[in-house]
This record gives sequence, C-alpha cells and structure tokens, in this order.
Amino acid sequence: MLRAAVEAGADSVYCGLRDETNARNFPGLNFDRAELIEATRWAHERGARVLVAINTFARAGQTDLWKRSVDTAVAAAADAIIAADLGVLAYAHQAHPRARLHLSVQAAANSSDAIRFYAEAYGVKRVVLPRVLSAPEIAALIKETPVEIEAFVFGGLCVMAEGRCALSSYATGRSPNLSGVCSPPEAVTFDRSPEALTTRLGGLAIDRLGPGDSAGYPTLCKGRFDAFGQTDYLFEEPVSLNAMGLLAALRTAGVRAVKVEGRQRGKAYVARVAAAFRAAIDALDRGDDTTRFERQLTDLAEGGRETAGAYRKAWR
Amino acid sequence: MSDMPIELSLGPLLFNWPAPLVETFYARIAETACIDRVYLGEVVCGKRAPLLADALARAAERLCTAGKTVVWSSMSLPTNPRERRAGRALAALDDLVEINDISALADRARDAPFVAGPLLNVYNEGAARELMARGCVRLCANVELPLTSIADLARACPTLELEVFAFGRLPLALSGRCYHARAHGRQRDTCQYVCDQDPDGRAVRTLDGQEFLAVNGVQTLSHGVQIVDLPPAVLRGAGIRALRLSPHSCDMVAVAAAFRRFADGDTDAAALRAAVRETRPPGALISGYLRGGAGLQAADG
Repeated sequence: MLRAAVEAGADSVYCGLRDETNARNFPGLNFDRAELIEATRWAHERGARVLVAINTFARAGQTDLWKRSVDTAVAAAADAIIAADLGVLAYAHQAHPRARLHLSVQAAANSSDAIRFYAEAYGVKRVVLPRVLSAPEIAALIKETPVEIEAFVFGGLCVMAEGRCALSSYATGRSPNLSGVCSPPEAVTFDRSPEALTTRLGGLAIDRLGPGDSAGYPTLCKGRFDAFGQTDYLFEEPVSLNAMGLLAALRTAGVRAVKVEGRQRGKAYVARVAAAFRAAIDALDRGDDTTRFERQLTDLAEGGRETAGAYRKAWR
Repeated sequence: MSDMPIELSLGPLLFNWPAPLVETFYARIAETACIDRVYLGEVVCGKRAPLLADALARAAERLCTAGKTVVWSSMSLPTNPRERRAGRALAALDDLVEINDISALADRARDAPFVAGPLLNVYNEGAARELMARGCVRLCANVELPLTSIADLARACPTLELEVFAFGRLPLALSGRCYHARAHGRQRDTCQYVCDQDPDGRAVRTLDGQEFLAVNGVQTLSHGVQIVDLPPAVLRGAGIRALRLSPHSCDMVAVAAAFRRFADGDTDAAALRAAVRETRPPGALISGYLRGGAGLQAADG
C-alpha cells in the first residue's frame, strides 16, 4: 500500500504500528517494528517521507505502549510523528526533542489559538485541520499561524469534529479515541429480506436499502434516522469527500499538504487517487487548468456520491 | 479525603432556553442547599450567547450571593471570530474557569486555575499532568472513560479533583454543521434559532423506532440519560470528589436532592433511580460507559 502510494507520486505516506496506538486499528493494516524500518528505508531511497500516526488517546495506566510506539517511530527514522494526545505529544517532545511532530486531525485544532498552544507547548510543526472549516476560514487561519497546515481532500468525510465524537462507542463500546476504530467491523451486521437490506451497528438499524441502492461502510453519522417527523440522513448522506475542485483555492490559501485517505483502501484505489492528485498538483504548478481532473475519481466515492463538505460554507 | 462529602455540581446548560426561563431556573438553583457549584455559560453555539448574557450575569450574582461556587465555562468548539473572542475574554479571567476547548489555553496565564471540562480529550495521567502543569485543578472526566481509567488517573494524579458526568444526556459529538438548521432546510448562518423548540434536544430514533440520540444544534447527545449510581464508597475509592448534574427541563432540584441523599449514604441506588425517574427525565437511565461497555447500556433496575 505504502509502495503503491509512493510509486503513484505521493510525497509522504501515513502509516501506523499494528496496535491501538493509531486511529486505523483495523485487521490487516499497519506495520510491526521491522516492517516500519524496512518501509521507511524503501521510501527514503525514493525521496518519499514516512509519517507515523500515533494518534489515539493513551489508556490511563497503560501509557507505556504509546511511548514505546513513539520510540519505535524515531528508531525507524520516520520523518514525523502524528499525535493528538497531550501526554503523547509531551513525551515525544521531551524524550525526542529533534523528532518532527505533526498534530493529528484527532486533536481537532480548528483555530489559530489552538494551533498556537500546540506549537508553543510541544513544538508542533504541522497541523492537520479538522473538517469543520470553510476554505475562506482556512485561508484566514493560515494568515494567523506560522505552522504548516495540511488539509483532507479525498476519502471518508467525518461529519463531526474529529476526536470530539463518541457516537461509535455509545453504540458499540469502541470509538476512535478509545480504541482507534469507528464503527468497528465486528459490530456491523446485515439483515437481508427480498425487499431490503438493513444495516445494523451494535444491533441498531441505521440504514435500509432497496435492491438498486449502493451502500457505503456503515458509520453512524451517515445513517438514516427518524427525527423531526421525517426518516432521513440526519447528519450526512452516505457521501465521501472530494475537494479536487478546491485544490487551487487551498493552495492559494497557503495549505502546505493535502491528505488523501488510503489506509483502509485497496492498492489500486490508493494508486489511482494518488496519481490523480499528483497530476492535478503538477498541473497547478505549471499554471494549467485542473478542471479535467475534477470528475476523474467520482466512481470511487462512497455510494457514488461526493461532497466538498465544510470547505463550502453552505454545507453547515 | 475519604470522609469528605461528595460534592454536587450543576453543569453548564447545554440547550437553547429562553432568557427568562434561564433566569428563573438559576434563581431556584440558588435556593437549593444541596448544589455546591454551578458552571455557567453557553458552551454549544456562539450564536446563542448574546441572547443569554444578561440573564447569566444576573444568575451568577444570585448564585454567588447564595454561597455557590460559580465557574464560567468556555465554548466547546469555537470557530468564528465572535466565538474565539469570547474564548479569549474568558481565558483572561483570573477566576476559576472551565475550559472545554484547548484553544482557551493559548491565552490563559500559565498558573491561573482552571477546570478541564468533559469535552476536552483527557484520557490518561500523561494528558492530565500536562494540564495540571498549566493550572488545572479539577477534571470532569470525558464521558467515554470507564471507572477503571478514572481510578488509574486518580491514583497517578492524587491532587487533581475528579468530577464525573453523573446525570443527563451525554454530550457525544460536536460538528461544524447545525442539525437543527439542516432538518429545517436551513444553514447554520440562517438558523433562526430553531433549536429553541427542543429544551432537552430533539429525539432521534433508529429505523426500528429505538430511541438512540438527541440533537441540539451542532451538538449530538445520547437519548438515554446517564446516571452514576455507584455506591459512594466505590466513587471515593476511584478518587471521585464531585458528581456533575447536567441541566434538563425536568425538576433539577428534585434530581439534586436525590443525588445528595445517595451520595450521603442515606439511600441506595434503586432509590436514587426511582427518585430520578419520578422527575420524568427525557430518556431511559443508562450507565454503560462507566462499566467499560457501550454508553447506551441501561442502568441496572
């Protein structure tokens, strides 16, 4: 997966260790120590960077696991550690003062005030923004902060502020902050009948689809519920984020890096998305128009539907 | 410490109530002997704050006069310039304040005392120590934390006062998007304050009709009502010094009185649950998170 992304033109690749210290703690993903060392060496030979996500919140009384993960990332010569927990940030900053720290989106730092705190307290060099800001707000924020800003541009769309959402644990006992998973696969079940497919999470019916409907991965924030006298997608439709059309605006705003979600996807998906964004960014660099790239990835969207999310203010 | 009575706190009002109701509500709380501390302030949506400013200022005065500790609470997801200005003004106060978003720390004098609210992500002793080094004197535990983690935190940070979210719909999520506005075909900027129709949040049911969540503008809460009904000795053993009651439209004075009797060992858990149910809270009583399970699991009995 990492290799597919680098070969398709990614400058940096996120990865995690194979445990609950990263927010994509799903079976079959992530590296052990030896694999991380090897992957980093391979990426460095090709001029690419490896960023290690240690971005869950450490469990009380067991914070050593998170500290050892930080040590492992540093030992593997990773280019940066991405963290959200104040305790993990403090440990990394004190034990490895030369390690580059990025603030994970899970910290939901959505203002220059919050970013200033993390930069002053822990020397954070880059912040991944939560998906609650509009493009003009991002531009204003960048003017107020010396820290590099990274923004999501493609993949799953968290409707809630990242790291500030406990819907998954409320229904299943496991959540991104507690265990690095949202809507854990073991809690997902499907009821099939001739008329409909009912999706359940922790036994709760969160969507019902007819024969022709296409379904995305069942998350609560994209479920269908009964409220306000209607049965509808209360929080968000089953859409995914595609901000390709805003790439030029984000660059003008001063966004330093754009992030594509890839760690829960197949290699072919990762290669295609990375290649498309590489080509679009290169076109921007040449001063070319990027319109032709905008619809290129539409068929990869969840349920076949896309949104620019909070980047367009009307989304709110 | 073990002999000290467990304190009762009243959390910040999370819902959009009209200003006159807010004022009479806090006037009644001021006359209630069993509540020790009251958190005040609009923490959910900055658009509501100007409507309540005068009522809350008068409430603060009345509560202080009645001998309550009044703590101003900061916004939980300050985004626009107005919300951020309010956050900076609160951070500049010398008094004890409750911080619900890390941005407030950027402008807070390093040793000025503060309470870390339940909406801050403090899951372990390392994070708690970071906040204590900056003046944190009390932590209201994040609602996801099981009792075992709270006890671990307390053991590692014995001087930190620990409070738990003991009554009310659990604050589960925050968003940039307003769901009240969305359901009414509006946007957050043009919401016309429709969240005022739901004094305890709007109920959300699953497709099977099961009561599940409640929406409150940009906030999503549990439909179920959290109740911490563990024996006082167990609470003290886990280092818990205070129980937070979150305001709802049911009789909060009766709720507080029931918790007071329970925390003093005068009644048992079943009596607490019965007394709370008598006030007709907005959902079924739940307590799964404290046991390390799914938050929506029913409280026993």
